[in-house]
Amino acid sequence: MDHLQKLENRSIHILREAYSQFNNLCMLWSIGKDSTVMLWLARKAFFGHVPLPLVHIDTNYQIPEMIEHRDNLAMEWELDMIYGENGQALETKSTFPDGNLNRIQCCKQLKSEALRNTLNGSWPRYRINHDSGKYEVEKDSEPYTGVIVGVRADEEGSRSKERYFSPRDQNNDWDIGEQPPEFWDQYKTDFAPGTHVRIHPLLDWTELDIWEYIEREKIPMVSLYFDQGDGKRYRSLGCAPCTSPVESDAKNVKDIIEELKTGKFSNIAERSGREQDKEDGGGLEELRKDGYM
Amino acid sequence: MFNNLSIGNIQSKNDNISFEDKSKIQKDNNLKLVIAGHVDHGKSTVIGRLLADTNSLPEGKLEQVKEKCRRNSKPFEYAFLLDALKDEQAQGITIDSARIFFNTNHRKYIILDAPGHIEFLKNMVTGAARAEAALLVIDADEGVQENSRRHAYMLSMLGIKQIAVLVNKMDLIAYNYSSYQKIEREFRAFLKKIDINPLAFIPVSGMKGDNIASKSENMTWYQGKTVLEQLDSFENDKLTIDKAFRMPVQDIYKFTKGGDNRRIVAGSVISGELKIGDEVVFYPSGKKSTVKSIEGFNEPHQKSVAVGKATGITLKEQIYITRGELLSKVGEEKPECTSRVRVSIFWLGKKPMEKGKEYYLKLGTVKTKVRLEELERVIDASNLNQEENRSEIGRHDVAECVLKMDKAIAFDLAGQLEETSRFVIVDDFEIAGGGIIQEALSDSQSWVREKVIRRNYKWQKSRIARDERAEKYNQKPSLIIISGQEDVGKKPTAKALEKMLFDDGKIVYFLGIGNLLYGVDADIKNGANNHREEHFRRLAEVSNLMLDAGAILIVTAVELNTSDLDLIKTAVNSHDMEIVWLGDKISKDIDCDLHITDYKSDQDSANRIKELLQERGIIFKPW
Repeated sequence: MDHLQKLENRSIHILREAYSQFNNLCMLWSIGKDSTVMLWLARKAFFGHVPLPLVHIDTNYQIPEMIEHRDNLAMEWELDMIYGENGQALETKSTFPDGNLNRIQCCKQLKSEALRNTLNGSWPRYRINHDSGKYEVEKDSEPYTGVIVGVRADEEGSRSKERYFSPRDQNNDWDIGEQPPEFWDQYKTDFAPGTHVRIHPLLDWTELDIWEYIEREKIPMVSLYFDQGDGKRYRSLGCAPCTSPVESDAKNVKDIIEELKTGKFSNIAERSGREQDKEDGGGLEELRKDGYM
Repeated sequence: MFNNLSIGNIQSKNDNISFEDKSKIQKDNNLKLVIAGHVDHGKSTVIGRLLADTNSLPEGKLEQVKEKCRRNSKPFEYAFLLDALKDEQAQGITIDSARIFFNTNHRKYIILDAPGHIEFLKNMVTGAARAEAALLVIDADEGVQENSRRHAYMLSMLGIKQIAVLVNKMDLIAYNYSSYQKIEREFRAFLKKIDINPLAFIPVSGMKGDNIASKSENMTWYQGKTVLEQLDSFENDKLTIDKAFRMPVQDIYKFTKGGDNRRIVAGSVISGELKIGDEVVFYPSGKKSTVKSIEGFNEPHQKSVAVGKATGITLKEQIYITRGELLSKVGEEKPECTSRVRVSIFWLGKKPMEKGKEYYLKLGTVKTKVRLEELERVIDASNLNQEENRSEIGRHDVAECVLKMDKAIAFDLAGQLEETSRFVIVDDFEIAGGGIIQEALSDSQSWVREKVIRRNYKWQKSRIARDERAEKYNQKPSLIIISGQEDVGKKPTAKALEKMLFDDGKIVYFLGIGNLLYGVDADIKNGANNHREEHFRRLAEVSNLMLDAGAILIVTAVELNTSDLDLIKTAVNSHDMEIVWLGDKISKDIDCDLHITDYKSDQDSANRIKELLQERGIIFKPW
């Protein structure tokens, strides 16, 4: 059994544990490579079906192609697709692109706040109607008690400390010093009312594993990851104003794998194109404690 | 300070292997390695040095950290390379087990950095439990400490076989051979007592780099491997294909969307191999079927499935099973099935484990209530001192004890198959302990369970499935037990209910206790020791037959208690049963589906039971 197969099996096992143990479970999908691999793993775990809702936090500043890709796959794979957003911040223009907030504050508003309130059901959720292909306001406002998230331990320091099943309290807070033990494939699936659990099936995967798996399984990816002739591509996707493409002529998955293994990116951190990571020393960790992915 | 340090996905920058060779590395498995040891004995320094000496750090990182130290007038330490989180920077200790990825020319590694501080033993266990090999670090200057021994004990309980001991900070004792020898002798003696046979003892200095990536000139007396050579000689965990097939049932899926009619038993294979056409048995129920297909998504059709694979199968004969059963193969070694076990346990909970208190036990995919029945001895893992008169298991203690579960589970014994002999204990929503099962003990239901397992094993399957009968008869087979004190109207209610359902066209039967007592039970001597138990066992077996025939069966029982019910449940699926209690007070410790407190007439009670059956979907509810 090779390395990718081992990773796949463990992730599937975790997804099935989550599905069996949580009544109100959802999976976050950012349309990026990691969460799309996770979505693919869910189709594997459940034999071609995705029996749980996918939640996307729409900042309204994502690169438009991402949203198009999201809706195409949602229809094609019959996904129970839901999105949430911070309508108020967008309306009052409390954002970085509007010049009213700095990047970290903007992430907090459009991502962390939107996520918190979408998960706990206090802000509207929009669910795709497969007959019309349009989104409709959802009636159900039950909070999600289990949230599957595609973070990887190798992304940066704070993520390397995560558990597969990581409890968050009522305020979404993450207590890094008091995490539950995990051993012998037994996870924290019992929890006090008011808390929810983040489930991380991709914790052991590296960026290279992800691309090699995409190649092996032929998983469709948004074309922004590939050079389309201008010598630029995105290595990591986010909001348009804060994510820049990298100089690269990788045109397909094979090229990307080579670039990561022996080429120009073998020594450069993946998120180097993300501005919010650079704002201050503990920016990302502070954001994550606060509920950021 | 260094919290943006990304230590993941590191590739050696002067690694000159060609692309083709690198893909070979990919085929070799990654090795998961844990580094354990007492606090301040230098685990992070050793890892930092490993990363630096194998050129596994991002470009400029070493210089950057050195420069920051210089500016803050702080001596540079290799440990700073690792401590990625602010909290750790503040306290100078590793709080949690971080994952660190790095490569040698031989293969990839994931290092799990296990904290040495005793407060974080649960994090150490979390990191160590997933490791295939361990490095145990001991400070040459301080010698063997409490956590050196405690961690070794944990590694042994967690089942880690490949262990190398690093005697670190050799520079502080002037690379002295006899001091090193003293530590080696002392620690070897301890390890022997807990059945650990270390693969190597290596004198090192993480700070100075002695014997980490290259041989030290300061210790010419040492002829063994460097740490790097030792890492590359560790072997990957071998998957146990030569053992009996085991797959804990994780779930049963039936996703009807798009006309998908597959009923898939899902789980991860723990050992052995299974092929289409193999006969399988589920334990503890003992139900038998045959593998019809092996299912998968985006993969070629499989004829067999083996250890390590997260899979799903469909069965030829439809049987009712649930999460928690252990799937095994006919003709291979059977798992143990009981609700009483003798175990070795380690306790991580803030509150001690007490006798009589209710906990949950999780093993494989099973979860059941459990109590500490008997505490035989508590062992202090740091010095192996034993105490036999303790009433509770304290935090960080190791103990040998007897656990009593609420229901029988299927498992193997430690030493036979590790994965199915390991369990955790949940206290107040938290995993508070872990252990391994040493011995299966008999419980009060063992005699019935064995009979039932044998009955299921030998059961001749009809060509008509239960589902087919249910569809044809327009009812789900069900056992309705009406209980309560003497003379509260149980029998009249049962008879009224029978008539009512019969008139509705249902296949229903009232089984009078007398009919059973003087017929099926004629050979049991009244007043014999197990009279009541054997009576209930036979009642359950007769019920099972009637349910298999598709009937709704109504019986009455005077003051049914939990243990009677457990006995019936051993033979009849609990989801096929409805318990009704008549009378104002439930006088026994039993959970009922319906409690009729105000008995008006047999007709009224029967009506209320009928409503229950409609609500539960046993019979159809008209608009």
